[in-house]
Amino acid sequence: MLIEALTLQLGYNATLVTIGATLLGLTAGAVGTFLYVGKRALVSDAISHATLPGIGLAFIAMVMLGGDGRALPGLLIGSALSAWVGLLCVSWLTYRTRLTEDAAIGAVLSVFFGAGIVLLTVIQSMRAGRQAGLEDFLLGSTAGMLWNDAVILAVGGAIVLGLVLLLHRPMALVAFDPDYATATGTDVRRTELAMMGLALAITVVGLKVVGLILIVALLIIPAVAARFWSDRVERVVLIAGGIGGVSGYAGAAVSASAPDLPTGPIIVLMAFGIFALSLLFAPDRGVLAVFLRHRRFQARVHVRQGLLALAQGQPIYERLTLRLMRRAGLIRADGVATETGKAQAARALLDERRWEILRADSRHEWAAARYDGLTPLERVLTPDQLVELDRSLRPEGV
Amino acid sequence: MGAEFVALSLPPLLIGVFAAVACALPGNFLLLRRQALIGDAISHVVLPGIVLAFLITGSVAAWPMMIGAGLAALITVVLIEVIRRVGRIEPGAAMGVVFTAMFAGGVLLLEQSDTSGVHLDVEHALFGNLESLIWLDAEGWASLLDPVALAGLPHELPRMAIALALIAALTWVFWRPLKLSTFDEGFAQTLGLPTGVIGLGLVIVSAIAAVAAFDAVGSIIVIAMFICPPAAARMMTNRLEMQVAWSVAFAVLSAVLGYVLAGYGPRWIGFDNAVSAAGMIATVSGVILAVAAVFGPCRVREGAAAG
Repeated sequence: MLIEALTLQLGYNATLVTIGATLLGLTAGAVGTFLYVGKRALVSDAISHATLPGIGLAFIAMVMLGGDGRALPGLLIGSALSAWVGLLCVSWLTYRTRLTEDAAIGAVLSVFFGAGIVLLTVIQSMRAGRQAGLEDFLLGSTAGMLWNDAVILAVGGAIVLGLVLLLHRPMALVAFDPDYATATGTDVRRTELAMMGLALAITVVGLKVVGLILIVALLIIPAVAARFWSDRVERVVLIAGGIGGVSGYAGAAVSASAPDLPTGPIIVLMAFGIFALSLLFAPDRGVLAVFLRHRRFQARVHVRQGLLALAQGQPIYERLTLRLMRRAGLIRADGVATETGKAQAARALLDERRWEILRADSRHEWAAARYDGLTPLERVLTPDQLVELDRSLRPEGV
Repeated sequence: MGAEFVALSLPPLLIGVFAAVACALPGNFLLLRRQALIGDAISHVVLPGIVLAFLITGSVAAWPMMIGAGLAALITVVLIEVIRRVGRIEPGAAMGVVFTAMFAGGVLLLEQSDTSGVHLDVEHALFGNLESLIWLDAEGWASLLDPVALAGLPHELPRMAIALALIAALTWVFWRPLKLSTFDEGFAQTLGLPTGVIGLGLVIVSAIAAVAAFDAVGSIIVIAMFICPPAAARMMTNRLEMQVAWSVAFAVLSAVLGYVLAGYGPRWIGFDNAVSAAGMIATVSGVILAVAAVFGPCRVREGAAAG
């Protein structure tokens, strides 16, 4: 089953859902990066929770107009409108009152969600609402999705992706440095609005697949995971899109392959798995890389101190130092220096003396600032400068 | 307003009020420390906690679930801190990563395990079942003094009362260090206060409030009560003492008004079914916040343009 699902052979609907989830993951990852870089990741949590009253009101309105309350386009329009109102409330509370943004987010998401729950219970007591299935929007549900809905999902994902491609340059600029963006003539307010609008669009498109409680994960997790792999914003956007796309694709496929595997949570857990791998194994910023770098640095410090001790004829007691120097062939098993050990020890001592003179000399102030007890002076000064420096060494003798 | 009220409305009303105040008290400090969303995170991860507790013990008894939820909350706080420090990620994003993933894990566990025989589902964890906490043994106001009838009280009521008493006592005892470390962490440190421990203690107390409350009222009230009453109170005053007092008043008002509107409101306008009390309490707290944000005497940041 899983192989069939991954190769899109589980029927039209499953295929469309998988394609839609992939597109959704791609766009959510990319847009999420701009939100994350602009430190606004959790605003999307308020947006997604604020969709619920809109869904309820849209259902009631459509039933009252005599239509089918479950028509997806109507529900999505309603959810977008109320999410927009929620977003306005967050920014009004943040800019016009003394509340900080996180408090505004929390207030809006809980109140809108509470109002939505009230509306859901109202709908349950309506005759048309018994089988409304609006609870599906909480956690997403792709089982039994209609062909038309799947098409809306796939097309919606594609449109948002197109908009992201169109707007990515100004959005990156504004997210990173609003002041510079203003100075170069970008309309910051309008770009931020577009960014939030895209987050809103993703939330609305993702409601049916991932559900409104978890959609925020698709905007946050891929972006945070991608940040481990690069420092360049264009690349982070691409990587985050990739992570989101892979999570959406694999999640939708896995969920289609067996019963009792809800789509939204599986997609989110896929993304979290990639995040955990990035946290541990990413080069440069990952936990493993940081640990290895720390160990290498530790070893260099120990060997350097050991060499200085050898050169000055002092005994070495520290275990780690002894082990490292033995392994490097600098001392024998009984602790006596080998020929290489003696040579390197003399070099280390010479280097240390040179640094001492350099640091006492105000003409070399700029170079002295680079003293860390490890860097050989040959890497800082030119050979000519070294010869000059060595003149003041000679009277003492080495 | 007789026997029926005592049996059907008094217990849920009291539980709602206790839960609201228990969350609003630590919420004041979380708000001022810009940690308002920690309540959001904690109340989401309660779900995997109770599901795991159910899978291990096989029952829906209160204590294993409370312990499971408490452990999940603690793990979340630790994970957020680890990811924030190790990955050098801003706290909001670290929080978003952790609580969504844990909530997703909880939903998956729930779907995978056979919970058809017991009352355990996502909706319950979100909205609670405040309306169903009725006191069948009550026959009128006199039952409040009758030990036999009192033994039949829904067990959420004494549990919530104990949690509230504990939280109120802790807030009162640690008032000074809490206040100092909230407003001026550097100054508190120079006085020798363990600010890190105080911060962690506050989060743990919030977790206690959230875990005790979710069972009765669902996580949606928990999030709303952590933030809305303190936020509305902040618009009313500049003094912390007054802010806490206002927030308690707003929390009680939200709980009572919300419960009454949910239970009786629909009947007034001709519907015969009650609506969700948890949702209505959250909505009322939002209305209070909106009113305070528009009319409150201290609503604007000092130095900012009046809006």
